[in-house]
Amino acid sequence: MSFSSKEVWCEFSKNKTGLAGIGILVILFAMSAVAALTIPIESFKEWNDPASWLTFPKSALPAWVNYFLSEKMPEHMILENPQVASQNVDDIFLTSDIFGVDYNYDKFPSDFIYEYTAKYTGSPLLQIWVTRQDGKEFQLISTSLPQSKTETSYHGFIFSTDDSMVKNLRRNQSSFMFPIDSLLAQDIVFSKTEQNTVLQGHYFFKVNLYSVNSKSNFETSKFILGGKVYGLMGTDELRRNLTVGLLWGTPLALFIGITVAIGSVVIGLVYSVFAGYKGKKTDESLMRFNDVIYAMPALPLLIILAVTIGNSIFLIVGFLVLFGWVGIAKVSRSMALQIKTLQYVEAAKIMGQKDYKIIFKHIIPQLLPYAFASIAISVPAAITTEAGLSFLGLGDPTFPTWGQILHDANTYGAAARGLWWWILPPGIMIAVTGLAFVFIGHAMDVIINPRLKR
Amino acid sequence: MSFTRFIIKRAVTMFGVLMATLLITIALVGSNMDAILKQSVALEVRQQVTDNKHLVSSFKNPQDLDAFVENQIKQRTDALGLDKPWYYPPRLGLSMYKILTLDFGHAKFLTSDTGSSDVKDIILEKMPRTILLFTTATLIISLIGIFLGALSGSKINSKLDKITSTFAIISSSFPVWWIGMLMIFVFAFVYQIFPARATPLIPVTDPGYIGSLLYHMTLPLITLVLIGFGSWAYLVRNFIVGIMQEDFVIAKRAAGISEKKIIYTHALKNAAPPIITVLALSLSGSLGGAIITEAVFDWPGMGRLYYEAINVLDLPVIIGETYVLTAFFLVSIFLADVLYGYFDPRVRKE
Repeated sequence: MSFSSKEVWCEFSKNKTGLAGIGILVILFAMSAVAALTIPIESFKEWNDPASWLTFPKSALPAWVNYFLSEKMPEHMILENPQVASQNVDDIFLTSDIFGVDYNYDKFPSDFIYEYTAKYTGSPLLQIWVTRQDGKEFQLISTSLPQSKTETSYHGFIFSTDDSMVKNLRRNQSSFMFPIDSLLAQDIVFSKTEQNTVLQGHYFFKVNLYSVNSKSNFETSKFILGGKVYGLMGTDELRRNLTVGLLWGTPLALFIGITVAIGSVVIGLVYSVFAGYKGKKTDESLMRFNDVIYAMPALPLLIILAVTIGNSIFLIVGFLVLFGWVGIAKVSRSMALQIKTLQYVEAAKIMGQKDYKIIFKHIIPQLLPYAFASIAISVPAAITTEAGLSFLGLGDPTFPTWGQILHDANTYGAAARGLWWWILPPGIMIAVTGLAFVFIGHAMDVIINPRLKR
Repeated sequence: MSFTRFIIKRAVTMFGVLMATLLITIALVGSNMDAILKQSVALEVRQQVTDNKHLVSSFKNPQDLDAFVENQIKQRTDALGLDKPWYYPPRLGLSMYKILTLDFGHAKFLTSDTGSSDVKDIILEKMPRTILLFTTATLIISLIGIFLGALSGSKINSKLDKITSTFAIISSSFPVWWIGMLMIFVFAFVYQIFPARATPLIPVTDPGYIGSLLYHMTLPLITLVLIGFGSWAYLVRNFIVGIMQEDFVIAKRAAGISEKKIIYTHALKNAAPPIITVLALSLSGSLGGAIITEAVFDWPGMGRLYYEAINVLDLPVIIGETYVLTAFFLVSIFLADVLYGYFDPRVRKE
């Protein structure tokens, strides 16, 4: 059983599934590169911080679903750079930001948010008005900003779910021919007057800031029309952009899978070859220890380890290696026992080579093809086990993996509520990544064990 | 080595593993458990003292009262043996002995459906449900798997064989719990046939409970079977393929015995030892995997109990469950070993 790398590659390149595995793997690495280049890791680390996702829509479908729908879902719109107007009458100063938007979708937006930073002294009054295509004008909100004696910058949000906004809008019952007292703000603002469907056309949102005695203005001003579709992969219940999570999940899954597999195989190989080569008492005791770990229930212990020691991604990799090497050690020991009896090993021993030299120079190189196959075959198990731990809520919160996306999906009952875009992609990614390695491992297995070919 | 000696040797190893797992579990949660116990004792004592108005008024100043309370707490913790760390040998021995005799103490937060907080009661209540679901699933899986595996093993490289192998590889790449989520999506949301949560809504005492439980069991059962039978079929197929190349099969074939008869009587009989071993192992393995699967389907068994215990960090329950799961796991490994040794005498002489 000796192989040159050229022979192995020659055999491998004839195997279609093996090549398919390599192909998928190349795509996955490309995705990792895209993630690393386009999405800064800092923004990804804020995955579990709801405040950093406020300007995203809630539970939005992927944008491409619009191609399959007859009624177009609204895309997410962030309106910036409003028209600014200011005037003053006596000692009352007025600054207005006007946002214009063409709304040509068949569905109401999911919500709208006004985000602003106002610079003022005193306690200015903030009002938002909407003017529609049909000439109707509604007041959305009228609220005063917190009192401040010195000049200050105040950053705030106004949500369409605001109670007073909903109340204000419901007062306009006389404009509508159907009851509006149970409708949400966005369903009133964008509705036709005769029936509750979308009035397409031009909308102006005017934000007025009145202050007395001193001038005030908006430093930042953003009007966000929450879409029902967003990006390539949509968003989840916590407004997070799933494209970001899925893309960054790729390098993490590859890292976890490959590190665990290499770690387990290297440890298992060295451990078992040492045991097999030494033989007798050493072998017996080392293999007994191996048996003990082999017989331990991995998942409950992994859970306890993650709960008590910690759940950083590196620790979890370590825990997985802890249970991963035993299976490999069992198989490679019997192989080492065979190689040990070969004449050139005997010869090296008689020539007085040191034990570690014989192990690393003469025995382990013979086991390398098997080692590579086992690395490939152990990757999927590592990825699914980590995903399982994450799914139970024991993953590293600073590096969210696909398993954690599914954990959140399960927590928010995504399956029973039909949020398919939250469930399908992470699971498919886990399976496809696993499959790539299974294909590669299987192809290598065929080369190493010619018996399987029949 | 005689068969009895073989069994004894295996049994001793298994017991050693059980003890090692227990020790690791206690080592990992021991210090946390002590801290939590101490806290609850302190809280209890304070509560008792403040409730006793007569006692409180007998102290002249708050310092005296504090000293008294501290003293009471210390007495109580000493009585519980909490003054010594968890690794103090007599304490460690006692806690191991208690767990061995299934005395897991009382749960901190969780209770059984009947309201008992005794960890043993909780686990014993959940155990039959887990066994019901996973044993049924494993049996169905193995029946389908053996049949399909034998069929595709007899026709290597046929269409059926290729489909089985492909299905086995692909189905084993998907996490069971993810398929579970999909099944909930399809059968509870799109077509509302089965309930999304597998916990029956009627109380345990209701006579219709069993029926309701079986109805709620359908979706998890289908999921487990769907994801499991492929790899079984693949496994059996590989055994059969190996056996079909043996000399005795060629001899039988030469003697004119029909291919069907060779496969279903002779080949399967020879494949029995490894198949039985895998059956025993997968029965116990499925119990370990139950933790996540039950969490997805909300099936009221041991797995979901474990999941809940982790979420609220109910340590007595965690220890008890780990012990029971490990015991199950080891008993089935042991059984698999013994069965294998019985069927295949070569194994006994290692």
